[in-house]
Amino acid sequence: MAGATTAGRAQTPSASSKRSKRLSASPGQVAVALGIAAFLVLFLIVPVGTVIYVAFTEKGTGEFTLVNFLDFAQTDLFIRSFWNSLYVSAMSVVVASVFALPLAYITTRFEFRGAMLIQTLGFLPLIMPPFVGAVAMLLLFGRNGTVNLLLDDWFGVKVPFMEGLNGVIFVQAVHYFPFILINLSTALRNIDRAMEEAAQNLGSSGFRLFRRIVFPLAMPGYIAGASLVFVKVFDDLATPLLLNVKDMLAPQAYLRVTSIGIADPMGYVISVVLICMSILAMWVSARAMRGKDYATVQRGGGGLAKRRMRPWESAIAYAVVLLILFLVLAPHIGLLLLSFATVWSFSPLPDAFTLAHYGRVFGESFIYVKNTMVYASIAGLIDVVLGTAIAYLVLRTKLIGREWLDWAATAALAIPGVVLGIGYLRTFYDVRLPNGTPLAAFWIVIVLALAIRRLPYALRACYAALQQISVSLEEAAENLGATKLRTIRRVVLPLMAGGILAGFVTSFATAAVELSATLMLVQSNADAPLAYGLYVFMQSAAGRGPGAALGVIAVLLVALCTFASHLIIEKSQKVKAAGR
Amino acid sequence: MLRHSAAAAALVGAALFTGAAFAQSGKVTIVTSFSKDVTDPFKQAFEKANPGVTLDVQNRNTNAGVKFVEETKANNQVDIFWASAPDAFEVLKGKGLLQKYKPKAEGIPEKIGSYPINDPENFYSGFAASGYGIMWNDRYAKANKLPEPKDWQDLAKPVYFDHVSMAAPSRSGTTHLTIETILQGEGWDQGWRTLKEVSGNFSQITERSFGVPEAVNSGQVGFGIVIDFFAFSSQASGFPVKFVYPTVTTIVPANVGVIANAPNKAGAEAFVDYLVSPAGQEVLLEPSIRRLPVNPAVYDKAPADYPNPFKDASLGARVKFDVDVSEKRTNVVDVLYDQTVTFQLDALKAATKAIHDAEAAIAKKDNAEAKALVKEARDLVAAMPVTEQEASSPEIAGAFTGGKQKGARQAELEQQWASFAKERYQQAQAKAEQAQKLAR
Repeated sequence: MAGATTAGRAQTPSASSKRSKRLSASPGQVAVALGIAAFLVLFLIVPVGTVIYVAFTEKGTGEFTLVNFLDFAQTDLFIRSFWNSLYVSAMSVVVASVFALPLAYITTRFEFRGAMLIQTLGFLPLIMPPFVGAVAMLLLFGRNGTVNLLLDDWFGVKVPFMEGLNGVIFVQAVHYFPFILINLSTALRNIDRAMEEAAQNLGSSGFRLFRRIVFPLAMPGYIAGASLVFVKVFDDLATPLLLNVKDMLAPQAYLRVTSIGIADPMGYVISVVLICMSILAMWVSARAMRGKDYATVQRGGGGLAKRRMRPWESAIAYAVVLLILFLVLAPHIGLLLLSFATVWSFSPLPDAFTLAHYGRVFGESFIYVKNTMVYASIAGLIDVVLGTAIAYLVLRTKLIGREWLDWAATAALAIPGVVLGIGYLRTFYDVRLPNGTPLAAFWIVIVLALAIRRLPYALRACYAALQQISVSLEEAAENLGATKLRTIRRVVLPLMAGGILAGFVTSFATAAVELSATLMLVQSNADAPLAYGLYVFMQSAAGRGPGAALGVIAVLLVALCTFASHLIIEKSQKVKAAGR
Repeated sequence: MLRHSAAAAALVGAALFTGAAFAQSGKVTIVTSFSKDVTDPFKQAFEKANPGVTLDVQNRNTNAGVKFVEETKANNQVDIFWASAPDAFEVLKGKGLLQKYKPKAEGIPEKIGSYPINDPENFYSGFAASGYGIMWNDRYAKANKLPEPKDWQDLAKPVYFDHVSMAAPSRSGTTHLTIETILQGEGWDQGWRTLKEVSGNFSQITERSFGVPEAVNSGQVGFGIVIDFFAFSSQASGFPVKFVYPTVTTIVPANVGVIANAPNKAGAEAFVDYLVSPAGQEVLLEPSIRRLPVNPAVYDKAPADYPNPFKDASLGARVKFDVDVSEKRTNVVDVLYDQTVTFQLDALKAATKAIHDAEAAIAKKDNAEAKALVKEARDLVAAMPVTEQEASSPEIAGAFTGGKQKGARQAELEQQWASFAKERYQQAQAKAEQAQKLAR
């Protein structure tokens, strides 16, 4: 039965016999699957479909055609953009891994003071508020940023950190490496200590132990993070556009979808290509994990044994951690400086400092903060509920077509926010509430859009968490007479708690700074979240400081929530360990 | 009869009065691309002048705003569209999303510079104007020992190579107008030649209008082609930037229009009236806004050095601008620029650099053959895939509007134009490099 655990998929020959046995999943499971499918159809597939069907229509007649895809393949710009996107995404995964691996390893494997703080700080880059993050980054690393001005002054050289594709890779790696960090750390914490001890007893140690035992066991977490980074970078349009890199796919789609007065199907064709590539990437990562069993039976106890470091080891570890933290937190350091700066222009540091910007945003930011908290927490909650359910259905049942739930939810990553926003307006604006106002004007629609856009993050985290739990635990519970529901509630969910929380935090934090779909859907200032307020400020020269101040508030807010959730994880693990 | 109409007028007046009283209780919803710096003073002033009315200002970029109005037309909740770019209003008007309204204000002339202030059919009205010019970061210019530019042509000089920036005309309606003015002023071929010579010096082409002043303010780019108020408001915020109107510049109006089926039509019209009234026009003079009023009388209240396009002929009046010509080829011009410049910027810059180097070499050591090669190279760079007639022909313009007729697809044309430009830039680079060798 162990073979039928996590990675055993319907396609494996041995599964066919089991399928007949389990084909009729319990009515409850079918109902849940249908419910999720209905949710995804209603809030993802239909709205997006109403926008991107244009990709398949012929100009003039509106008939079905694939000629637009032929145009895509024949246009040098698109082909160049495609390869650029692929290259940037792959390199971003590599660079992000370089940032994430040492942090995750050091903080989970060793007795390391401030591990929790590092986990929280390492999470911050994900909360890069729109516009200000890039401005801060340019002020530090740009052609005439702090670093280059100093280098030019001292040595007469400049390093093109932020130019072209390399700039995009650098910023994306800094921005998204927390996906790897957070998923990998959770996975490392969940590894059964007995595995490691067994290996040690057999004489393995040091790097070999890591390479052969620890890292492979943490693979689901790493793959979950790395595939997210890949897909996210592939589909991200804000960073390349802010660095004025236009020959990548997502920016091309955005530029075409949002140009006024031009009816060009190519923007939607590119969206379809983005969706297909994202699903393909997820499929490849699922395939890479196929036929391997990552589940471990023993749970709890804080995962890997934490080793005490020798003094010199600890010195190196601190140096490495500090260096990485400095690099990945640079945007936030820049942001903080910017929020206190009077004028910062063509100089290594601002001319002078002031508190005035905080004064300006203090009064009006309260409503934004409140809205952001409400929207992002509801969206995060929806995401972990759906994410857990989908992960369970995919990994634990044999429902036909269950992978499609996973893929459909993941496809949300590839859909430009503006396309989703237009789709929502198109689908829900005609639906009226009892008082006559359109449904799309109701703030809950913003929450749904955020939930759909951030669902893939929570889903990957939940998926990885469930992959690490051995099905035999559930079978044991069921053999002892527990019902399926009770097993899920008392066994599966508690064991997945870390992963679920990681998923919630990721969805929550990124939803809190999302802008592109929000900008389409916000209908009044009273309903606007922080990111919108920030956008409004960042459209004028005088708004740069206040915008940065608002950005700092956003980051602090989300960071506090993240820190709190880390505290909960630690605490729950200590409770578990004590109860053992 | 006369008495009749007088009575009617009195009635209308009373109705207006009470109407205004009715309008006072209500919310006017505005979709705008203007920043808080502009909308806040107007919101305060308007709400003060009309107690009981609140303005709900929704800030969206122009593209998102147009899409929003378009997608929500079935159940429209927006009263006013308020933005710079006239082309956005043209699109809204074309789709029947605007409502005719002729503001009551008096004393507003037909044209500002050479550009008509109001839509001839009164679907939208100009309420302010702005001129295009060159903004630069003073610290940047001093550190790189760059001279102060005075005219568009200056920016084509070799010293400014890789120091200039502009927003893509396809993304910024006002930049589009500037380009169109150059094309109309200098003629199609010469206009593109000038544009490409300047563009060859660009370090970046931004996707948002505000991206240019932002980059200049932070010193990432030295010089930017921007609307005047971006520079003025940056100066007001303390940034070390300077600004100059070139000897020939364009004046572009900023507009306001009432949305079709506006839920608060009376309130919307009151807002439009307020914007063009003397009181509303005076708000434009505030340092954080600093746009040019369309009512010439208001300039009397402006500071002494305030640019006045109604008196200063260099501000727009010298340029001729034909709206019909512009309208027919709007999309074609934008896509031409994107395909031959924006997306080919690396190739264009390489060719430009080679030409600069060759000319520097020739200046030191004259060589007739090399000169001829450089001229060829410049012609190659300037070459355009379509003529002026073709650009406004229905066959080509139709490829961009998704019209009912079949015909060339946008993607096909784009690919042709892009490879046309790329090929020629590479040839130009080769010729210029050859010339440099000859002159060595």
